[in-house]
Amino acid sequence: MNRRLGRFSLISVAALAATFALGACGGDDSGSTSEGDASGESTECPTITEGTLTIATGAPAFSPWVENDAPESGEGFEAAVALAVATELGYESDAVVWVRTDFNQAIQPGAKNFDFNIQQYSITPERSETVSFSDPYYRTNQAVVALADSAAAGATTVADLVDVKFGAQAGTTSLDFITNVIKPNTEPFAYDDNAGAKAALEAGQIDAIVVDLPTGFYIAAVEIEGASVIGQFPNDAGTTSDEFGMLFEKDSPLVACVNAALATLTENGTLAEFEKTWLSDKTGVPVISLG
Amino acid sequence: MSDHPGTVASAAESSMTSDVAMIADTSADAQRLQRHAFEKRLKRRSGLIAGTSTAIVVALLIIFIPRTPGWYKVRRSFFNGEVFADTFPGLLSAFVKDIQIFAWCAPCIVILGMILAVCRSVRTPALFPLRLFAAAYTDIFRGVPVILTILLIGFGVPGLGMSRPWNSPYLWGSVALVLAYSSYVAEVFRAGIESVHESQRAAARSLGLSSGQTMRFVVLPQAVRRVVPPLMNDFISLQKDVALVSLIGPIEILRQAGIDKSKYANFTPYVGAAIIFLLLTIPETRFVDHLMTRERRRTSGTTIR
Repeated sequence: MNRRLGRFSLISVAALAATFALGACGGDDSGSTSEGDASGESTECPTITEGTLTIATGAPAFSPWVENDAPESGEGFEAAVALAVATELGYESDAVVWVRTDFNQAIQPGAKNFDFNIQQYSITPERSETVSFSDPYYRTNQAVVALADSAAAGATTVADLVDVKFGAQAGTTSLDFITNVIKPNTEPFAYDDNAGAKAALEAGQIDAIVVDLPTGFYIAAVEIEGASVIGQFPNDAGTTSDEFGMLFEKDSPLVACVNAALATLTENGTLAEFEKTWLSDKTGVPVISLG
Repeated sequence: MSDHPGTVASAAESSMTSDVAMIADTSADAQRLQRHAFEKRLKRRSGLIAGTSTAIVVALLIIFIPRTPGWYKVRRSFFNGEVFADTFPGLLSAFVKDIQIFAWCAPCIVILGMILAVCRSVRTPALFPLRLFAAAYTDIFRGVPVILTILLIGFGVPGLGMSRPWNSPYLWGSVALVLAYSSYVAEVFRAGIESVHESQRAAARSLGLSSGQTMRFVVLPQAVRRVVPPLMNDFISLQKDVALVSLIGPIEILRQAGIDKSKYANFTPYVGAAIIFLLLTIPETRFVDHLMTRERRRTSGTTIR
């Protein structure tokens, strides 16, 4: 692309590219820009609204990812990460616009109403066909949450869990994990959100729910009386661990910018610090072996 | 309803008079042929127009939809052959649950709906509370969206602390469907009961039948026969609403499609689910049409028995 093009036309071309995700054009841009991203020049990292960064999260957003459903505050792990990335890209918090989406909205074809979406999206090859992901900002394991007297309590291997009635949020890698790795004898139940799974756990319709570990900690500690994290599953071969990435419109030129920002935040220890501040220590949880 | 026999009679009469006129006057016969040819021309012309306009619309759709800027992405997200092939068998087997839930709900709905309709139609003053109850019941469950009934009953009742299997979401989801749909069906039955002419009751009572016997042997048989087609419509929509039970846990077709959608980040599974529903509901709808036609022919073709 001709670098001597006027600044304005370059922006509009880039915006067009973002809007229609004309693969080739967007690719050209992102390929040549990865070094200039932290400078704050929005020319290289076009956003949907010039001068602001639009970040999407869940409706509502849950602790410990976003505290009090108020991402603007920067409280909660994902809120903090998103704002730190924004700062790296040159957007102070007053130049960040938060919008809410659910999973459906986020993967609809066509133009997106956000620059990136952060709500514990696990990066999977299938999803990458339709949308683009940043590099992971967090790695977690799947964990089992159950009441103290449940059939799942005391399980040390997956074999101990086959007679357990499971529930999970539909469409999550947690549910995939139940059906593909635990393979229980009875079919799991699926819910729109973790609130449904929690209600079912309390009503005794299911024995245990599978969630990512930080969410599990939160549910056990705050939301369901008498529940605890029975165990976490080991993190091997990448099949059972979840890597959370920010979600972009397919082939968005912004991916490279955000990846560079994430790399900086990893190097200077900011991400690790956020983990320490907002997420519980995961080392104390027993590991349920897959054998 | 009651004026049908009259219409038939007058139609017969007019065709008879035209027969007479035809024999009397051959020029009328020629005129009739001419009119016939004209109608035929008109029919051919309207057929031609209908065909051309359909062809144009279809051609425009075929030409222009792929030219829209988002078509490539929409096709990849909604009509992805690979995803379709991967997910369709799973959707089909999940649909078995929908059929099962439908199968045990439908008879319960008919029975409860009928009881409610009869309750609402009793005229004995002592049984007025029954009428009141039936009216309140239909008001409530017909007025609340089915989805809310399912969520409230499906999450609320099991929370009372029942043990398995009595807290099963299948059970309480079905109960919610039965409650909601029996109120619709009760209204259909009641409309049927009220469509039976007062003279029928009067005749039955004058023959010495009690009011219960009148209902059982005179009113209901006629009422039910009349409402079968609208009743079938309710069951077709029940067939679709069964999918709402997925909200409280069971992984039936809608949920399976949602799970596949999330897994592949692709909407094709929803298209697959829609096709599976259509495979069942289109024949059902045609069957209802057939019943309606038969009912019309039956009621207009026979005289008072």
